Amino acid sequence: MATDAHDPSHDPSHEHEHGHGHGHGHVHGSEHGDEHSELSETELRVRALESVLTQKGYVDPAALDVLIDTYQTRVGPRNGARVVARSWVDPAYREWLRCDATAAIASLGYAGRQGEHMQAVENTPSLHNLVVCTLCSCYPWPVLGLPPTWYKSAPYRSRAVKDPRGVLAEFGVRLPDHIRIRVWDSTAELRYLVIPERPAGTERFDEAALAALVTRDSMIGTGLACAPAAASR
Amino acid sequence: MSYLSHADLGGRNLAGPIKAEAEAEGEVFHAPWEPRVLALTLAMGATGSWNIDMSRAARETLPDYAELGYYEIWLRGLVELLKARSLVGEDELAAGSALHRAPAVQRLLLADRVGEVLAAGAPTQRATTAPAAFVVGQRVRARAGHATHHTRLPGYVQGKAGVIERLHGMHVFADANAQGLGEQPEWLYTVVFDGAALWGDAAGAGVAVSVDAWQPYLEADP
Repeated sequence: MATDAHDPSHDPSHEHEHGHGHGHGHVHGSEHGDEHSELSETELRVRALESVLTQKGYVDPAALDVLIDTYQTRVGPRNGARVVARSWVDPAYREWLRCDATAAIASLGYAGRQGEHMQAVENTPSLHNLVVCTLCSCYPWPVLGLPPTWYKSAPYRSRAVKDPRGVLAEFGVRLPDHIRIRVWDSTAELRYLVIPERPAGTERFDEAALAALVTRDSMIGTGLACAPAAASR
Repeated sequence: MSYLSHADLGGRNLAGPIKAEAEAEGEVFHAPWEPRVLALTLAMGATGSWNIDMSRAARETLPDYAELGYYEIWLRGLVELLKARSLVGEDELAAGSALHRAPAVQRLLLADRVGEVLAAGAPTQRATTAPAAFVVGQRVRARAGHATHHTRLPGYVQGKAGVIERLHGMHVFADANAQGLGEQPEWLYTVVFDGAALWGDAAGAGVAVSVDAWQPYLEADP
Protein backbone atom coordinates (compact mmCIF):
# COMPACT_ATOMS: atom_id res chain seq x y z
CA MET A 1 0.00 0.00 0.00
CA ALA A 2 1.55 3.32 -1.00
CA THR A 3 1.53 5.77 1.87
CA ASP A 4 3.80 8.05 3.75
CA ALA A 5 6.19 5.81 5.60
CA HIS A 6 6.00 7.40 8.99
CA ASP A 7 3.47 7.40 11.75
CA PRO A 8 2.60 11.06 12.32
CA SER A 9 1.97 10.46 16.01
CA HIS A 10 5.75 10.32 16.33
CA ASP A 11 6.44 13.22 14.05
CA PRO A 12 8.38 15.83 16.04
CA SER A 13 6.97 18.62 13.88
CA HIS A 14 3.64 18.12 15.64
CA GLU A 15 5.03 18.53 19.10
CA HIS A 16 4.81 22.28 19.36
CA GLU A 17 1.27 22.59 18.19
CA HIS A 18 -1.05 23.32 21.04
CA GLY A 19 -4.65 23.58 20.07
CA HIS A 20 -7.39 23.74 22.64
CA GLY A 21 -9.45 20.93 21.26
CA HIS A 22 -12.49 19.09 22.42
CA GLY A 23 -10.97 16.69 24.88
CA HIS A 24 -9.33 18.48 27.73
CA GLY A 25 -10.30 21.99 28.61
CA HIS A 26 -9.83 23.80 31.89
CA VAL A 27 -6.97 21.69 33.15
CA HIS A 28 -4.12 24.12 33.02
CA GLY A 29 -4.39 25.28 36.62
CA SER A 30 -3.68 21.79 37.86
CA GLU A 31 -0.90 20.98 35.43
CA HIS A 32 1.76 23.33 36.61
CA GLY A 33 2.67 21.46 39.74
CA ASP A 34 2.96 24.73 41.64
CA GLU A 35 1.76 24.16 45.18
CA HIS A 36 0.50 27.73 45.37
CA SER A 37 -1.55 27.53 42.19
CA GLU A 38 -5.24 27.22 42.72
CA LEU A 39 -6.90 23.95 41.98
CA SER A 40 -9.25 24.17 39.07
CA GLU A 41 -12.97 24.25 39.66
CA THR A 42 -13.19 20.82 38.06
CA GLU A 43 -10.49 19.38 40.28
CA LEU A 44 -12.32 20.64 43.36
CA ARG A 45 -15.61 19.28 42.10
CA VAL A 46 -14.11 15.84 41.52
CA ARG A 47 -12.54 15.81 44.98
CA ALA A 48 -15.87 16.76 46.53
CA LEU A 49 -17.69 14.07 44.59
CA GLU A 50 -15.17 11.41 45.57
CA SER A 51 -15.43 12.40 49.24
CA VAL A 52 -19.22 12.27 49.22
CA LEU A 53 -19.39 8.92 47.41
CA THR A 54 -16.78 7.41 49.73
CA GLN A 55 -18.48 8.71 52.88
CA LYS A 56 -21.79 7.30 51.70
CA GLY A 57 -20.21 3.91 51.16
CA TYR A 58 -20.96 3.83 47.43
CA VAL A 59 -17.35 3.43 46.35
CA ASP A 60 -14.38 1.62 47.85
CA PRO A 61 -11.35 3.95 47.64
CA ALA A 62 -9.05 0.97 47.14
CA ALA A 63 -11.18 -0.14 44.16
CA LEU A 64 -10.71 3.29 42.59
CA ASP A 65 -6.95 2.84 42.79
CA VAL A 66 -7.15 -0.60 41.16
CA LEU A 67 -9.36 0.75 38.37
CA ILE A 68 -6.95 3.58 37.63
CA ASP A 69 -3.90 1.35 37.72
CA THR A 70 -5.61 -1.08 35.34
CA TYR A 71 -6.19 1.49 32.61
CA GLN A 72 -3.10 3.60 33.26
CA THR A 73 -0.53 0.84 33.27
CA ARG A 74 -1.93 -2.58 32.47
CA VAL A 75 -4.38 -2.37 29.58
CA GLY A 76 -3.23 -0.70 26.39
CA PRO A 77 -2.49 -1.08 22.69
CA ARG A 78 0.34 -3.57 23.25
CA ASN A 79 -2.45 -6.09 23.89
CA GLY A 80 -3.92 -5.52 20.45
CA ALA A 81 -0.47 -5.58 18.89
CA ARG A 82 0.00 -9.11 20.21
CA VAL A 83 -3.30 -10.15 18.64
CA VAL A 84 -2.25 -8.68 15.29
CA ALA A 85 1.21 -10.26 15.39
CA ARG A 86 -0.28 -13.65 16.21
CA SER A 87 -2.67 -13.33 13.29
CA TRP A 88 0.28 -12.59 10.98
CA VAL A 89 2.23 -15.70 11.93
CA ASP A 90 -0.54 -18.20 12.60
CA PRO A 91 -3.09 -18.82 9.82
CA ALA A 92 -5.29 -20.91 12.10
CA TYR A 93 -5.42 -18.07 14.62
CA ARG A 94 -6.25 -15.62 11.83
CA GLU A 95 -9.13 -17.80 10.76
CA TRP A 96 -10.37 -18.02 14.35
CA LEU A 97 -10.15 -14.23 14.56
CA ARG A 98 -12.30 -13.96 11.43
CA CYS A 99 -14.95 -16.35 12.73
CA ASP A 100 -15.03 -15.54 16.44
CA ALA A 101 -12.82 -12.58 17.32
CA THR A 102 -14.14 -12.37 20.89
CA ALA A 103 -12.96 -15.91 21.69
CA ALA A 104 -9.73 -15.65 19.71
CA ILE A 105 -8.78 -12.46 21.52
CA ALA A 106 -9.84 -13.86 24.90
CA SER A 107 -7.49 -16.81 24.32
CA LEU A 108 -4.60 -14.33 24.66
CA GLY A 109 -6.07 -13.00 27.91
CA TYR A 110 -7.85 -9.88 26.67
CA ALA A 111 -11.56 -9.74 27.39
CA GLY A 112 -14.29 -7.92 29.20
CA ARG A 113 -15.52 -4.40 29.56
CA GLN A 114 -15.91 -2.56 26.23
CA GLY A 115 -14.68 -5.63 24.38
CA GLU A 116 -17.54 -8.01 25.10
CA HIS A 117 -18.37 -8.45 21.40
CA MET A 118 -15.32 -8.11 19.18
CA GLN A 119 -14.97 -8.12 15.42
CA ALA A 120 -11.61 -8.10 13.65
CA VAL A 121 -11.53 -6.31 10.29
CA GLU A 122 -8.62 -7.01 7.98
CA ASN A 123 -6.90 -4.61 5.67
CA THR A 124 -5.99 -6.03 2.25
CA PRO A 125 -4.18 -4.62 -0.79
CA SER A 126 -7.56 -3.33 -2.01
CA LEU A 127 -9.38 -2.46 1.23
CA HIS A 128 -8.57 -0.18 4.17
CA ASN A 129 -10.66 -0.19 7.35
CA LEU A 130 -11.23 2.78 9.65
CA VAL A 131 -13.06 2.72 13.00
CA VAL A 132 -15.00 5.58 14.60
CA CYS A 133 -17.82 6.13 17.06
CA THR A 134 -19.79 9.14 15.84
CA LEU A 135 -22.27 9.01 18.76
CA CYS A 136 -19.81 8.91 21.66
CA SER A 137 -16.36 7.33 21.84
CA CYS A 138 -16.86 3.56 21.83
CA TYR A 139 -13.47 1.87 21.64
CA PRO A 140 -12.18 -1.69 22.25
CA TRP A 141 -10.67 -1.22 25.72
CA PRO A 142 -9.29 -4.74 26.35
CA VAL A 143 -7.08 -4.59 23.24
CA LEU A 144 -6.36 -0.86 22.89
CA GLY A 145 -6.87 0.61 26.37
CA LEU A 146 -8.54 3.99 26.69
CA PRO A 147 -9.00 6.09 23.53
CA PRO A 148 -6.63 8.91 22.58
CA THR A 149 -7.94 12.46 22.69
CA TRP A 150 -8.28 12.78 18.93
CA TYR A 151 -10.50 9.69 18.72
CA LYS A 152 -12.94 11.42 21.10
CA SER A 153 -12.71 14.78 19.34
CA ALA A 154 -15.61 16.35 17.47
CA PRO A 155 -13.55 16.81 14.26
CA TYR A 156 -12.69 13.11 14.06
CA ARG A 157 -16.16 11.87 14.97
CA SER A 158 -17.85 14.20 12.51
CA ARG A 159 -15.53 13.80 9.55
CA ALA A 160 -14.42 10.17 9.58
CA VAL A 161 -17.68 8.95 8.05
CA LYS A 162 -17.91 11.67 5.40
CA ASP A 163 -14.33 12.32 4.32
CA PRO A 164 -12.25 9.34 5.42
CA ARG A 165 -9.58 9.97 2.79
CA GLY A 166 -9.16 13.53 4.06
CA VAL A 167 -9.00 12.31 7.66
CA LEU A 168 -6.40 9.69 6.75
CA ALA A 169 -4.33 12.32 4.97
CA GLU A 170 -4.25 14.30 8.23
CA PHE A 171 -2.62 11.26 9.79
CA GLY A 172 -0.10 11.09 6.95
CA VAL A 173 -1.81 8.14 5.30
CA ARG A 174 -2.51 8.79 1.62
CA LEU A 175 -4.22 5.88 -0.04
CA PRO A 176 -4.42 5.54 -3.81
CA ASP A 177 -7.94 5.73 -5.23
CA HIS A 178 -8.07 2.04 -6.11
CA ILE A 179 -8.00 1.14 -2.41
CA ARG A 180 -11.55 1.08 -1.11
CA ILE A 181 -12.23 2.47 2.34
CA ARG A 182 -14.65 0.96 4.79
CA VAL A 183 -15.61 3.04 7.81
CA TRP A 184 -17.05 1.17 10.80
CA ASP A 185 -19.24 3.39 13.01
CA SER A 186 -19.43 1.65 16.41
CA THR A 187 -23.08 2.39 17.14
CA ALA A 188 -23.94 -0.68 19.25
CA GLU A 189 -21.85 -2.88 21.56
CA LEU A 190 -19.66 -4.44 18.86
CA ARG A 191 -16.09 -3.24 19.06
CA TYR A 192 -13.75 -3.31 16.08
CA LEU A 193 -10.05 -4.10 15.84
CA VAL A 194 -8.35 -3.34 12.53
CA ILE A 195 -5.79 -5.95 11.47
CA PRO A 196 -3.27 -3.94 9.46
CA GLU A 197 -1.32 -5.50 6.63
CA ARG A 198 1.94 -7.15 7.56
CA PRO A 199 4.77 -4.91 6.36
CA ALA A 200 7.06 -6.19 3.62
CA GLY A 201 10.50 -7.36 4.64
CA THR A 202 9.38 -8.96 7.91
CA GLU A 203 9.45 -12.60 6.81
CA ARG A 204 12.14 -13.47 9.37
CA PHE A 205 10.62 -11.50 12.25
CA ASP A 206 9.35 -13.40 15.25
CA GLU A 207 6.03 -12.60 16.90
CA ALA A 208 7.47 -10.14 19.43
CA ALA A 209 9.39 -8.24 16.74
CA LEU A 210 6.24 -8.09 14.63
CA ALA A 211 4.15 -6.79 17.54
CA ALA A 212 6.60 -3.91 17.92
CA LEU A 213 5.66 -2.75 14.41
CA VAL A 214 1.96 -2.53 15.26
CA THR A 215 0.96 0.97 16.34
CA ARG A 216 -2.23 1.90 18.13
CA ASP A 217 -3.33 4.00 15.17
CA SER A 218 -2.82 1.08 12.78
CA MET A 219 -5.39 -0.87 14.79
CA ILE A 220 -7.91 1.99 14.59
CA GLY A 221 -7.20 2.46 10.90
CA THR A 222 -5.68 5.95 11.04
CA GLY A 223 -2.22 4.50 10.52
CA LEU A 224 -0.40 1.55 9.05
CA ALA A 225 1.96 -0.90 10.69
CA CYS A 226 5.51 0.46 10.74
CA ALA A 227 8.04 -0.58 8.14
CA PRO A 228 10.88 -2.56 9.75
CA ALA A 229 13.44 0.23 9.24
CA ALA A 230 11.23 2.75 11.03
CA ALA A 231 10.92 0.47 14.04
CA SER A 232 14.65 -0.04 14.41
CA ARG A 233 15.35 3.67 14.13
CA MET B 1 -41.29 14.62 26.01
CA SER B 2 -38.57 16.44 24.22
CA TYR B 3 -35.19 14.81 24.00
CA LEU B 4 -32.18 16.42 22.42
CA SER B 5 -28.85 14.67 21.91
CA HIS B 6 -25.84 16.87 21.27
CA ALA B 7 -23.62 13.90 20.49
CA ASP B 8 -24.78 12.87 17.02
CA LEU B 9 -21.80 14.33 15.16
CA GLY B 10 -21.41 12.08 12.11
CA GLY B 11 -21.08 14.01 8.85
CA ARG B 12 -21.20 17.44 10.41
CA ASN B 13 -17.83 18.62 9.04
CA LEU B 14 -16.87 20.25 12.31
CA ALA B 15 -13.86 22.47 11.88
CA GLY B 16 -10.52 22.09 13.53
CA PRO B 17 -7.56 19.79 13.31
CA ILE B 18 -8.12 16.25 14.52
CA LYS B 19 -4.75 15.97 16.21
CA ALA B 20 -4.58 19.34 17.90
CA GLU B 21 -1.68 18.33 20.09
CA ALA B 22 0.93 15.64 20.35
CA GLU B 23 -0.04 12.68 22.50
CA ALA B 24 2.14 9.69 23.26
CA GLU B 25 0.64 6.26 22.72
CA GLY B 26 0.48 5.51 26.44
CA GLU B 27 -0.80 8.94 27.44
CA VAL B 28 -4.46 8.49 28.28
CA PHE B 29 -5.03 11.14 30.95
CA HIS B 30 -4.20 14.83 30.79
CA ALA B 31 -5.03 16.08 34.28
CA PRO B 32 -4.89 14.41 37.71
CA TRP B 33 -8.66 14.49 38.08
CA GLU B 34 -9.38 12.62 34.83
CA PRO B 35 -8.47 9.13 36.12
CA ARG B 36 -10.51 9.86 39.27
CA VAL B 37 -13.57 10.58 37.11
CA LEU B 38 -13.02 7.41 35.09
CA ALA B 39 -12.74 5.33 38.27
CA LEU B 40 -15.73 6.95 39.98
CA THR B 41 -17.84 6.40 36.87
CA LEU B 42 -16.86 2.73 36.61
CA ALA B 43 -17.27 2.12 40.34
CA MET B 44 -20.70 3.77 40.45
CA GLY B 45 -21.72 1.95 37.27
CA ALA B 46 -20.94 -1.29 39.09
CA THR B 47 -23.42 -0.45 41.86
CA GLY B 48 -26.28 -1.26 39.49
CA SER B 49 -27.95 2.12 39.98
CA TRP B 50 -28.26 2.64 36.22
CA ASN B 51 -27.19 0.97 32.97
CA ILE B 52 -24.72 2.05 30.28
CA ASP B 53 -27.46 3.32 27.99
CA MET B 54 -28.77 5.58 30.75
CA SER B 55 -25.19 6.82 31.18
CA ARG B 56 -24.88 7.66 27.51
CA ALA B 57 -28.25 9.43 27.59
CA ALA B 58 -27.16 11.52 30.60
CA ARG B 59 -24.00 12.59 28.79
CA GLU B 60 -25.38 13.33 25.35
CA THR B 61 -28.16 15.55 26.70
CA LEU B 62 -25.87 17.91 28.61
CA PRO B 63 -26.80 21.32 27.15
CA ASP B 64 -23.17 22.46 26.88
CA TYR B 65 -21.89 19.10 25.57
CA ALA B 66 -20.03 20.74 22.68
CA GLU B 67 -17.99 22.93 25.00
CA LEU B 68 -16.94 20.18 27.39
CA GLY B 69 -13.92 17.89 27.32
CA TYR B 70 -14.42 14.13 27.37
CA TYR B 71 -13.93 13.51 31.08
CA GLU B 72 -15.83 16.71 31.91
CA ILE B 73 -18.73 15.11 30.05
CA TRP B 74 -18.28 11.96 32.12
CA LEU B 75 -18.17 13.98 35.35
CA ARG B 76 -21.27 15.99 34.51
CA GLY B 77 -23.14 12.89 33.35
CA LEU B 78 -22.26 11.03 36.54
CA VAL B 79 -23.46 13.92 38.71
CA GLU B 80 -26.74 14.08 36.75
CA LEU B 81 -27.32 10.35 37.28
CA LEU B 82 -26.56 10.60 41.00
CA LYS B 83 -28.80 13.62 41.53
CA ALA B 84 -31.68 12.14 39.57
CA ARG B 85 -31.66 9.15 41.93
CA SER B 86 -31.18 11.30 45.06
CA LEU B 87 -27.93 9.50 45.79
CA VAL B 88 -26.05 12.80 46.00
CA GLY B 89 -27.29 16.38 46.45
CA GLU B 90 -25.83 19.59 45.10
CA ASP B 91 -25.49 20.80 48.69
CA GLU B 92 -23.27 17.82 49.44
CA LEU B 93 -21.06 18.53 46.43
CA ALA B 94 -20.78 22.14 47.57
CA ALA B 95 -19.86 21.05 51.10
CA GLY B 96 -17.57 18.26 49.96
CA SER B 97 -19.11 15.86 52.44
CA ALA B 98 -22.18 13.72 52.94
CA LEU B 99 -25.06 15.62 54.58
CA HIS B 100 -28.00 13.28 54.01
CA ARG B 101 -28.86 9.67 54.63
CA ALA B 102 -27.38 7.43 51.92
CA PRO B 103 -30.05 5.43 50.08
CA ALA B 104 -28.92 1.85 49.58
CA VAL B 105 -27.33 0.76 46.30
CA GLN B 106 -27.50 -2.81 45.02
CA ARG B 107 -23.78 -3.59 45.09
CA LEU B 108 -20.45 -2.16 46.16
CA LEU B 109 -17.42 -2.79 43.94
CA LEU B 110 -14.61 -3.90 46.24
CA ALA B 111 -10.97 -3.65 45.25
CA ASP B 112 -10.36 -7.38 45.20
CA ARG B 113 -13.20 -7.92 42.74
CA VAL B 114 -12.28 -5.22 40.20
CA GLY B 115 -10.28 -7.56 37.97
CA GLU B 116 -13.05 -10.10 37.85
CA VAL B 117 -15.77 -7.52 37.18
CA LEU B 118 -13.82 -5.85 34.36
CA ALA B 119 -12.97 -9.23 32.82
CA ALA B 120 -16.62 -10.26 32.85
CA GLY B 121 -17.78 -6.97 31.31
CA ALA B 122 -21.44 -6.67 30.43
CA PRO B 123 -22.22 -8.70 27.31
CA THR B 124 -25.38 -7.51 25.56
CA GLN B 125 -26.21 -10.58 23.48
CA ARG B 126 -29.29 -12.46 24.65
CA ALA B 127 -30.96 -15.73 23.74
CA THR B 128 -32.62 -15.79 20.34
CA THR B 129 -36.35 -15.69 20.90
CA ALA B 130 -37.58 -14.61 17.46
CA PRO B 131 -36.54 -15.08 13.86
CA ALA B 132 -34.58 -12.29 12.19
CA ALA B 133 -36.64 -10.13 9.83
CA PHE B 134 -33.74 -9.52 7.44
CA VAL B 135 -31.13 -11.68 5.73
CA VAL B 136 -27.59 -11.02 4.60
CA GLY B 137 -27.57 -9.14 1.30
CA GLN B 138 -31.04 -7.68 1.75
CA ARG B 139 -31.61 -4.00 0.99
CA VAL B 140 -33.01 -2.06 3.91
CA ARG B 141 -33.71 1.56 4.70
CA ALA B 142 -32.90 3.23 8.02
CA ARG B 143 -35.98 4.83 9.50
CA ALA B 144 -36.08 8.59 9.66
CA GLY B 145 -37.53 10.90 12.27
CA HIS B 146 -36.46 12.60 15.45
CA ALA B 147 -36.34 10.20 18.36
CA THR B 148 -37.96 11.37 21.58
CA HIS B 149 -35.48 9.32 23.62
CA HIS B 150 -31.90 8.03 23.52
CA THR B 151 -31.18 6.18 20.29
CA ARG B 152 -28.13 4.77 18.54
CA LEU B 153 -29.24 5.36 14.96
CA PRO B 154 -27.08 8.23 13.70
CA GLY B 155 -28.85 11.01 11.87
CA TYR B 156 -26.61 10.70 8.81
CA VAL B 157 -28.01 7.28 7.87
CA GLN B 158 -31.65 8.03 8.62
CA GLY B 159 -33.79 7.64 5.51
CA LYS B 160 -30.85 6.12 3.62
CA ALA B 161 -30.79 2.71 1.94
CA GLY B 162 -28.10 0.16 2.70
CA VAL B 163 -27.44 -3.57 2.67
CA ILE B 164 -27.48 -6.07 5.51
CA GLU B 165 -23.95 -7.43 5.81
CA ARG B 166 -23.98 -9.46 9.00
CA LEU B 167 -26.37 -10.67 11.71
CA HIS B 168 -25.15 -10.50 15.30
CA GLY B 169 -27.95 -12.23 17.18
CA MET B 170 -30.32 -10.49 19.56
CA HIS B 171 -28.91 -7.75 21.77
CA VAL B 172 -30.20 -5.52 24.55
CA PHE B 173 -32.05 -2.71 22.76
CA ALA B 174 -30.34 0.53 23.77
CA ASP B 175 -33.42 2.70 23.17
CA ALA B 176 -35.56 0.69 25.59
CA ASN B 177 -32.80 0.09 28.13
CA ALA B 178 -31.96 3.81 28.31
CA GLN B 179 -35.58 4.63 29.16
CA GLY B 180 -35.76 2.08 31.97
CA LEU B 181 -38.14 -0.09 29.94
CA GLY B 182 -36.04 -3.22 30.32
CA GLU B 183 -33.71 -4.91 27.89
CA GLN B 184 -36.25 -5.79 25.15
CA PRO B 185 -33.61 -7.62 23.05
CA GLU B 186 -33.79 -7.10 19.28
CA TRP B 187 -31.85 -8.48 16.33
CA LEU B 188 -28.70 -6.50 15.62
CA TYR B 189 -27.30 -6.09 12.10
CA THR B 190 -24.30 -4.53 10.45
CA VAL B 191 -25.74 -2.40 7.66
CA VAL B 192 -23.39 -1.02 5.03
CA PHE B 193 -24.10 2.14 3.05
CA ASP B 194 -22.41 3.28 -0.11
CA GLY B 195 -20.67 6.61 0.41
CA ALA B 196 -22.56 8.18 -2.50
CA ALA B 197 -25.90 7.12 -0.97
CA LEU B 198 -25.02 9.01 2.20
CA TRP B 199 -23.20 12.03 0.87
CA GLY B 200 -23.94 12.27 -2.85
CA ASP B 201 -21.20 13.90 -4.85
CA ALA B 202 -19.34 14.89 -1.71
CA ALA B 203 -18.43 11.27 -1.06
CA GLY B 204 -14.98 10.22 -2.05
CA ALA B 205 -14.56 7.34 -4.47
CA GLY B 206 -14.77 3.82 -3.13
CA VAL B 207 -16.04 4.67 0.35
CA ALA B 208 -18.55 2.59 2.30
CA VAL B 209 -19.77 3.23 5.84
CA SER B 210 -21.45 0.76 8.16
CA VAL B 211 -23.45 1.11 11.34
CA ASP B 212 -24.68 -1.53 13.75
CA ALA B 213 -28.46 -1.20 13.80
CA TRP B 214 -31.16 -2.90 15.82
CA GLN B 215 -34.09 -4.26 13.85
CA PRO B 216 -36.58 -1.52 14.83
CA TYR B 217 -34.27 1.00 13.15
CA LEU B 218 -34.75 -0.67 9.76
CA GLU B 219 -37.42 -1.37 7.20
CA ALA B 220 -37.25 -3.46 4.03
CA ASP B 221 -36.40 -1.39 0.96
CA PRO B 222 -38.35 -2.92 -1.91
